[in-house]
Amino acid sequence: MNPIISVSNLSKTYSGGFTALREVNLDIHQGEIFALLGPNGAGKTTLISIVCGIVNATAGTVKADGHDVVQDYRAAREKIGLVPQELCTDSFESVLATVKFSRGLFGKAPDPAYIERLLRQLSLWEKRDSRIMTLSGGMKRRLMIAKALSHEPKILFLDEPTAGVDVELRKDMWSMVRQLRESGVTVILTTHYIEEAEEMADRVGVINHGRIILVEEKNTLIKKMGSKELLLQLSEPIKEIPGPLADLPLELTGDGYQLLYRFDIQEGDTGITNLLRRLDQAAIDFRDLQTRESSLEDIFVGLVRGARQGIDGDTGDGERR
Amino acid sequence: MNWYGIRAIYKFEMARTWRTLMQSIASPVLSTSLYFVVFGAAIGSRMGEIEGVSYGAFIIPGLIMLSLLSESISNASFGIFFPKFSGTIYEVLSAPVSAFEIVTGYVGAAATKSLVLGLLILLTARFFVDYQILHPFWMLGFLVLTAVTFSMFGFIIGIWADDFQKLQVIPLMVVTPLTFLGGAFYSINMLPEFWQKVTLFNPVVYLISGFRWSFFGIADVNVGVSLAMIFLFLLLCLAGIWWIFRTGYRIKT
Ligand SMILES: Nc1ncnc2c1ncn2[C@@H]1O[C@H](COP(=O)(O)OP(=O)(O)OP(=O)(O)O)[C@@H](O)[C@H]1O
Ligand SMILES: [Mg+2]
Repeated sequence: MNPIISVSNLSKTYSGGFTALREVNLDIHQGEIFALLGPNGAGKTTLISIVCGIVNATAGTVKADGHDVVQDYRAAREKIGLVPQELCTDSFESVLATVKFSRGLFGKAPDPAYIERLLRQLSLWEKRDSRIMTLSGGMKRRLMIAKALSHEPKILFLDEPTAGVDVELRKDMWSMVRQLRESGVTVILTTHYIEEAEEMADRVGVINHGRIILVEEKNTLIKKMGSKELLLQLSEPIKEIPGPLADLPLELTGDGYQLLYRFDIQEGDTGITNLLRRLDQAAIDFRDLQTRESSLEDIFVGLVRGARQGIDGDTGDGERR
Repeated sequence: MNWYGIRAIYKFEMARTWRTLMQSIASPVLSTSLYFVVFGAAIGSRMGEIEGVSYGAFIIPGLIMLSLLSESISNASFGIFFPKFSGTIYEVLSAPVSAFEIVTGYVGAAATKSLVLGLLILLTARFFVDYQILHPFWMLGFLVLTAVTFSMFGFIIGIWADDFQKLQVIPLMVVTPLTFLGGAFYSINMLPEFWQKVTLFNPVVYLISGFRWSFFGIADVNVGVSLAMIFLFLLLCLAGIWWIFRTGYRIKT
């Protein structure tokens, strides 16, 4: 299947000389929910802005549904809806007027029935005649989504859709995004909440310092990189790990009261039986034990930290110029 | 051609006019009325005719041009400056509209407003002085051309300005003086020889002169020259806008 969005060798250097994207390659599949994760300043918004035509790329190309976003911008942009990171709206306009404006701007004939459905779905219909400045932050956020969906796009970009949104509304948004996917819309969202990516995404991409450092099916990712931990609460504290156990991947924590054992869930033999047997032989008693699965968050933090060390290690050009 | 897109921008801008009716229509009409009262009725009654036209009537074309220029520029420049300032321009930039369509929407709306305003002032003038229009079609032609040209000029200023002060400095420091010195209140022939020559470097002279000709058939400079100058300015503005969109100047990073 052809990718619905295809980014090739995309680089962006801002006029100040700062390089926000370096040779980014990325394919988004039709109909998926793709989560782009990355720390502040990683280049997420820059990437989205280039795809949507708000920022000019320095090098490289982007195709949306087969259309080059620069050469063939009309065909490409008709397919795309964007909810930007910043809330910006025309305060004096009414809700209904601004959504109609968006639809017209994208070249679509008026369709009051569709707009009504959209506003009802986002619980904004009651507010249709209100001026935008009288809306709450959460309502404004939903209004931005309504504007982005007003022209029935096939691709929707959500740049941190749930920043500053309460739990309730966040759940609503998640279910709305799922509904959109059901109806065939491809959704690309950026987020700082790993929880969100874990909850929603089919695939996850991690970007850091303008480079895509990983793209993977979410489930594979968690499986592949996931390790489990077994935590043993000891009855008596110990000073150090006894010699006979030195060959095991153990870590002494909690002032000598805890032993942490890491194992890979991919392995057929987790080594737990072996561990327990040898603890018994070494005469170490424990009161309690618990296991914990590593989350996407652990993986993400590990990746970003790894990449940072990589960069700090290389004394060369780039970052600190 | 994205007609719905043009219409959306145009309607949006016109809606802004209605919201700010006092500021965008009523106040220029009021201030020009004051000019008519002071210069036309009060002082004008003590002045002789200029080339066979009463002073009150003589100043009508100049006063209309004065409002037309400043309103075209301020409407169009604010229309594009504000989305840039508030960030809502992201939507226009990400929409399937071409530069031509964007400009048509914004400039079209600004020019419409100025045109309505110009005609309103013309009507208002009726209350104060008597006048006739010799060449109504030319009169409308000048009005439309000037409104469009200076709305484009305003659009360029709106793109160029990155703060509110810059937005106002050109209309205030350049356009208003040039209009006052462009023969709005006098005929160039009334100036000393030397200043008559200097005045010819003022582009507004050609606008007012041509416009006045369409009313009374009298002109400071040849009508053909006036027309040519307006078209020249129109072309310059078009070139400026073309360059802005080609390079993404001040709208795309
Ligand atoms: N207009 C600009 N001019 C210069 N540098 C910019 C500009 N916009 C962004 N940058 C820089 O590019 C880098 C990437 O910014 P970007 O907004 O893409 O990050 P992000 O991943 O979206 O971050 P966040 O999670 O904070 O939204 C940042 O270091 C930022 O300072
Ligand atoms: Mg961002």
